[in-house]
Amino acid sequence: MINIFEVNETNKMIEQEKLDVRTITLGISLLDCCDSDLDVMNRKIYDKITTMAKDLVSTGNDIEKLYGIPIVNKRISVTPIALVGGQACKCPEDFVTIAKTLDEAAKASHVNFIGGYSALVSKGMTRADENLIRSIPTALACTERVCSSVNVGSTKTGIDMDAVKLMGEIVKATAEATKEKDSLGCAKLVVFCNAPDDNPFMAGAFHGVTEGDAVINVGVSGPGVVKTALEAVRGKSFEELCETVKKTAFKVTRVGQLVAKEASSRLNIPFGIVDLSLAPTPAVGDSVAEILEEMGLESVGAPGTTAALALLNDQVKKGGVMASSYVGGLSGAFIPVSEDQGMIDAVNRGALTLEKLEAMTCVCSVGLDMIAIPGDTPATTIAGIIADEAAIGMINQKTTAVRLIPVIGKGVGETVEFGGLLGYAPIQTVNPFGCEDFVNRGGRIPAPIHSFKN
Amino acid sequence: MKKTIITVVGKDCVGIIAKVCTYLANNRVNILDISQTIVQEYFNMMMIVDANEALKSFDVLVTELEQIGDEIGVKIRCQHEDIFNKMHRI
Repeated sequence: MINIFEVNETNKMIEQEKLDVRTITLGISLLDCCDSDLDVMNRKIYDKITTMAKDLVSTGNDIEKLYGIPIVNKRISVTPIALVGGQACKCPEDFVTIAKTLDEAAKASHVNFIGGYSALVSKGMTRADENLIRSIPTALACTERVCSSVNVGSTKTGIDMDAVKLMGEIVKATAEATKEKDSLGCAKLVVFCNAPDDNPFMAGAFHGVTEGDAVINVGVSGPGVVKTALEAVRGKSFEELCETVKKTAFKVTRVGQLVAKEASSRLNIPFGIVDLSLAPTPAVGDSVAEILEEMGLESVGAPGTTAALALLNDQVKKGGVMASSYVGGLSGAFIPVSEDQGMIDAVNRGALTLEKLEAMTCVCSVGLDMIAIPGDTPATTIAGIIADEAAIGMINQKTTAVRLIPVIGKGVGETVEFGGLLGYAPIQTVNPFGCEDFVNRGGRIPAPIHSFKN
Repeated sequence: MKKTIITVVGKDCVGIIAKVCTYLANNRVNILDISQTIVQEYFNMMMIVDANEALKSFDVLVTELEQIGDEIGVKIRCQHEDIFNKMHRI
């Protein structure tokens, strides 16, 4: 029988340490919405999403009440639109109509984001892929809730450098298209290497083609819970440190599993995965950076940061894997800058640079995330940063991603405010030396030697 | 039988248990077990109840118990037992 101490421990996690379920994401396949007529296809997409997701938000709210645990976001991910729209869309403007349809469907379903305005081009781009990519700046500027992602490389295929170069330009163009809102569009655009098919977290969520017709994926959170647990083992050995993270991750993930199973049975949609990510928010006490500092770093970014993060990431997985029947998605600690008060503070005190963040992405999910850079950063430099990050993912057989925000009209030392979960960020210095000739070569980087396992 | 856990935390005063129990009785919620402590003048109670025959739906019970808590200056939570079982039992 449950005792009062266990009940109090759980409720303390929820009330004081900000334990929550970060997202219930409903993945919906739109492959059966393909049509050669653009209007017909748009109608099919709208109808399918609004039908499948009609009870998503109310069910999420009911589960929230039942267990007394906040479920912060209810979201939708769909099949990469480049695949769905290829038949009907002849130009980028045609794809923009789908973005608008997705936005309307998201509003009608009361979800705050819909992901999957995506293209998977790790080896090459079809005409539809390229049209979709070229439509991204307009699509993100004229919609509110649509999120976009492009997968430009994988361990199996290498890196499509033509797509990388194009994405450098597209990130820049998206910043320009949304410059009145501090280039907010770029916060909804992720460039991936080794993108997972079942990621529930935005902005990179899409419903992969390997998935079934519909699926429920859940993302847990809980940096505050881990941080508080570690306060009790200050000065103790790594063994105790690791055990504490592992046990805490187990507890946090069990809540995610419970919510996922309940949502799946109420909505009558199969349960996909629980994503074991530690996802921070700008709220004080909900920070991954603070966990690393609790481990003994003066500031995140100091020597030792990469090791601390590697340890954290690994122990979260070890604890979480046993707590859930299916684990997937990104599953690792997130290190976004603007969404984590500890990271913001570290940048402001000069402890955390873009280069250190890049090193950190080698040992955690996902990548260079929510980093504001000067608006006059050349597109080729952005492409170079994307290529670096994709190379880390390709060689290390892991997911990496880039979500940079070149803030038009602002430079180093200024701050940009996105609001809500997206937070705010100081604009960071980018290495001023160019990589134009490298990026402009064209073609692709071949698959790495360790991809040849057959 | 699925059970529900009700927790009451806050500054101690006269009639907390009476008020909560009256509400539960009026709504046909059966109390199975009560444990209670007072730490540094803070009242801390856990009730295990059976709300399967309750006259009101679960979300109404949650909201109304919260309101009763607000009236007497304590925090009352009403949760399905599974969140605790899953977290603390393998």
